[in-house]
Amino acid sequence: MNRRVTALVLVGALLLAFLLSVRLGHISLSTEEVLRALSGAGDPTHRRILFEIRLPRAVLGILVGGGLALAGSVFQALLRNPLAEPYILGISGGSAAGAVLVLSLGLVTVSSALLPAAAFGGALLAVLLVFRVAASADRSLDVRVLLLAGVVVGSFFTAVIALILALSEAQAVRSAVVWMMGSLYGVGWGSVGVVSAYTIPAALVLMSLARALNLMSVGEETASYLGTDVEAVKRIAYGVASLITAAGVAVAGIIGFVGLIVPHTLRLVVGSDQRILLPLSFLAGGAFLTFADLGARLILDPTEIPIGVITAFLGVPLFLVLLRRSLER
Amino acid sequence: MNFQTRDLVVRYGGAERRALAGVTMDVPDGALYAVLGPNGSGKSTLMRALLGVLRPEEGSVLVGGREARSWTRRELARAVGAVPQAEHLAFPLSVRDFVGMGRYPHLGALRAEGEGDRRAIASALEQCDVAPLRDRDVTTLSGGELQRVRIARALAQEPSALVLDEPTASLDVRHEMSIFQLLRASASRGMTVLLITHHINLAARFADRLLLLDRGVVAAEGEVADVFQEETLGAVYRWPLAVREDPVIGAPQVTPLEDPSPF
Repeated sequence: MNRRVTALVLVGALLLAFLLSVRLGHISLSTEEVLRALSGAGDPTHRRILFEIRLPRAVLGILVGGGLALAGSVFQALLRNPLAEPYILGISGGSAAGAVLVLSLGLVTVSSALLPAAAFGGALLAVLLVFRVAASADRSLDVRVLLLAGVVVGSFFTAVIALILALSEAQAVRSAVVWMMGSLYGVGWGSVGVVSAYTIPAALVLMSLARALNLMSVGEETASYLGTDVEAVKRIAYGVASLITAAGVAVAGIIGFVGLIVPHTLRLVVGSDQRILLPLSFLAGGAFLTFADLGARLILDPTEIPIGVITAFLGVPLFLVLLRRSLER
Repeated sequence: MNFQTRDLVVRYGGAERRALAGVTMDVPDGALYAVLGPNGSGKSTLMRALLGVLRPEEGSVLVGGREARSWTRRELARAVGAVPQAEHLAFPLSVRDFVGMGRYPHLGALRAEGEGDRRAIASALEQCDVAPLRDRDVTTLSGGELQRVRIARALAQEPSALVLDEPTASLDVRHEMSIFQLLRASASRGMTVLLITHHINLAARFADRLLLLDRGVVAAEGEVADVFQEETLGAVYRWPLAVREDPVIGAPQVTPLEDPSPF
């Protein structure tokens, strides 16, 4: 499909997702009610639902989904591995360990900011550990070691989580499991502020590296002969993509499949040029996660399903169909 | 563009043995210069040192009279196009876009391709005879096509020198010959071409000068007739050989003889 058409379709999908996400929920609003509430008139309950619940949640869905898909594309190009996803450097394990610790100690009641802070801290700890291991004596990063260290550090934190959960009360175990599957439930403007402060500058930095990432996907040696400062690109791209992921994980938990499936699906449609792929990944990831979030809150209303379940149920079949079709061509 | 090394010593991190143990050489402007030697003799290491990605332990590497590692990657890529031995394509990409990567040193991160860039790409595709493949996916090319496309990418850099590591490995006669002729023609137009190869007979036929490496040191260097000595080549490759002038092409050619105790 034409790249321009794809871009237009994705912009349309994103706007539609945003509008529906603002309108629909346990109490659904009509478009008129939304507009009236936006202008400051109308039912005060509607205004509260719109400004305090729906808008921050819709914006955050776009930022987190877009960020995850963008980070996924970048990791796949850097590691030259189609299986790479944003959590591959141990971020999921690290952040979950931080979150589970806070949940099981019952510290969420102390301050609501503690859970995202612990998750973010855990993610950064994992990434730093992985980088430390993979940086050799001359400070160059070995991709194979990075990948391996990421997997091992991730498994270590999984063991930490298992230990904490084994020692925790049943209620804490339940909230930990729900957190680990990811959710945008109960997010506010504070979360939006924090996530956009990381995601927006980071997305711009990553998109400016698109051409260098194209070269890197052919091989590091070739990329340096073509004029890329390979070590600088690697350090910036891994660091920045990890920050985006960590910020998303901190507010929304571990949402699987977005970072893996969105870039691949797009690749099948528009090809692998990172200059196209990165911005479109952001749009598609944002739209996809916002739709998934709608499903999460509407399907079993008033119970919320973890968003990771929806992304898997929607994303996996779609991806498998596309993959199959690409083989038949 | 010329290359010089003086007493170049290179060691890989942690290795006991020196991959290059004091190599001195001069690659003059506009020459087709072939680097020969058995597996593990340091040919690829020499290439990486010339291109500034390996730090010399001792000695110096000069590119165009300037220390190789003092060039920025982009400056060097505008002056020298390189085709390394191994490349791993992770994702599909069209031939046109692949060759277009050669414009990166001129464009940087953000500038869009202009008329000059498009002309350089078209000319590179033309020179390597791969223009009809421009819309093909690089991952579906045959070995011979891929090598020519990779050389086209280096030519799209519009460099004044080319460095190639075994560009004719695992190619058939037609593709071998077409690549050697292409490199010969480029050198005759004033491009300096440094070629690492195991095709010693083709090197003797097309190159202006030869460098014979053996376990990190220079075994012989000079014009083809000086390097193509039965004893020298036989000792370096550790195999009995005969060197005869070939009447058809007028160049010395090597014929490997049989060794009664090969291992």
